[in-house]
Amino acid sequence: MSASKDSIGRTITVAVLLCVVCSVVVSAAAVLLKPKQIANKNLDRQTNILAAAGIATEGKDVQAVFDQLIEKRFVDLSTGKFTEVSDPARYDARKAAKEADTGVKLSRQEDIASIKYQAKVMPVYLVKSDSPKGFDKVILPVHGYGLWSTLYGFLALESDLNTVVGLGFYSHAETPGLGGEVDNPNWKALWPGKQVYPEGSMKPELGLIKGSVDPASPKAKFQVDGLSGATLTSRGVTNLVHFWMGENGYAPFLSNLKAGGA
Amino acid sequence: MSQVKDVLLGPIFNNNPIGLQILGICSALAVTSNLGTAFVMALAVTVVTAFSNLFISIIRNQMPSSIRIICQMAIIASLVIVVDQILKAYAYEISKQLSVFVGLIITNCIVMGRAEAFAMKNPPMISFLDGIGNGLGYGVVLLFVGTIRELFGAGKLFGIEILPLVTDGGWYQANGLLLLPPSAFFIIGMFIWLIRTFKKDQVEAPEFELAKNSQKEAV
Repeated sequence: MSASKDSIGRTITVAVLLCVVCSVVVSAAAVLLKPKQIANKNLDRQTNILAAAGIATEGKDVQAVFDQLIEKRFVDLSTGKFTEVSDPARYDARKAAKEADTGVKLSRQEDIASIKYQAKVMPVYLVKSDSPKGFDKVILPVHGYGLWSTLYGFLALESDLNTVVGLGFYSHAETPGLGGEVDNPNWKALWPGKQVYPEGSMKPELGLIKGSVDPASPKAKFQVDGLSGATLTSRGVTNLVHFWMGENGYAPFLSNLKAGGA
Repeated sequence: MSQVKDVLLGPIFNNNPIGLQILGICSALAVTSNLGTAFVMALAVTVVTAFSNLFISIIRNQMPSSIRIICQMAIIASLVIVVDQILKAYAYEISKQLSVFVGLIITNCIVMGRAEAFAMKNPPMISFLDGIGNGLGYGVVLLFVGTIRELFGAGKLFGIEILPLVTDGGWYQANGLLLLPPSAFFIIGMFIWLIRTFKKDQVEAPEFELAKNSQKEAV
């Protein structure tokens, strides 16, 4: 018995059988739980969109609040105008970025956020309102590379399209306790009220600085405290704000929107 | 019956996987900054250890010894992926906080250690209980460390405020060191000290004795 247990044939049989059983179990778990996981992801996304816009969702039905307050539109980044996509519910900007006809490969000079590929069309979220402009706040998806990972998040702007309402990341893998502090509510509370663009320009100024912001400095409204112990993550956040608010990002769209026609 | 009790309760204090066997320290540092994650992690490790012990014990007589470690790894890894998927589906918030550490249960020395040391030599049911026992032993340390770190580091337990912080207008000045991973080293060290104060038999014999200070004699 023990001699045959270690024979080559037996070894291979056991290995193959074990692999088949394990792979069936793993794939079954992955396939069966997929719908639930996607629902969770969507819910998390919606919660983050609402959180970036400063809308409290605690104890409320996120889906209902979202449907009631938020309007999802699509923007063609090169023209800066609203556009339509064929399947709005399933449009995935991450996937679109990698396809030849829906994405652009960024040159090294343009690519300050180190994202390599960018989708031509991005979803944006408008907080509905009865004002003549038709919206109250704009929530823009942003992403860029930090130290270890790409940070995905949302930046929300007031209806003047310059004042920040909030910034939040829903997915990243930065060092917990250091770069991971981008999730810290105290740090996120520093963002509201900051300005993205200086007077009369569409070149973003807003960024993180090393140490604390001096409130007396004339630049204070364009500066946010850097994350201590996380120079590279801080740099990454600055870069992604500069990229997405810049001319390859949402700047054309924001100028159009400001002028009243997007 | 007494064997069942031994196997199930022994690892909690008498033969604690972290305290005596010094296994699984790495994840104990990472996930104990608050009680919620510590609790879920303890649960996940218990489930994985118990079932990996069970399955490995069931096929222990069929397993060729030349590939036994790989077989154990395949079983453990599959279980961990299943647990990870379940957490993602039913406890999304916590799975986000635990992030990579669920996946890293694969490399948790306790799981592999028990598979090799116990499940390979014992029948399935008792191996299963051994897995639960060791998971509990790990859990006890995690919860102990988590309680201290969250209470004194953030003034909270399970996210509920216990000690109002100075920054929020209370009186308690939080100890930030406790939220950083190294603090878990000190706390685990003290936990081991505490156990060994009461259970003297766990104290290992010194490996060498220090020589007495010798006076140099004049030549």
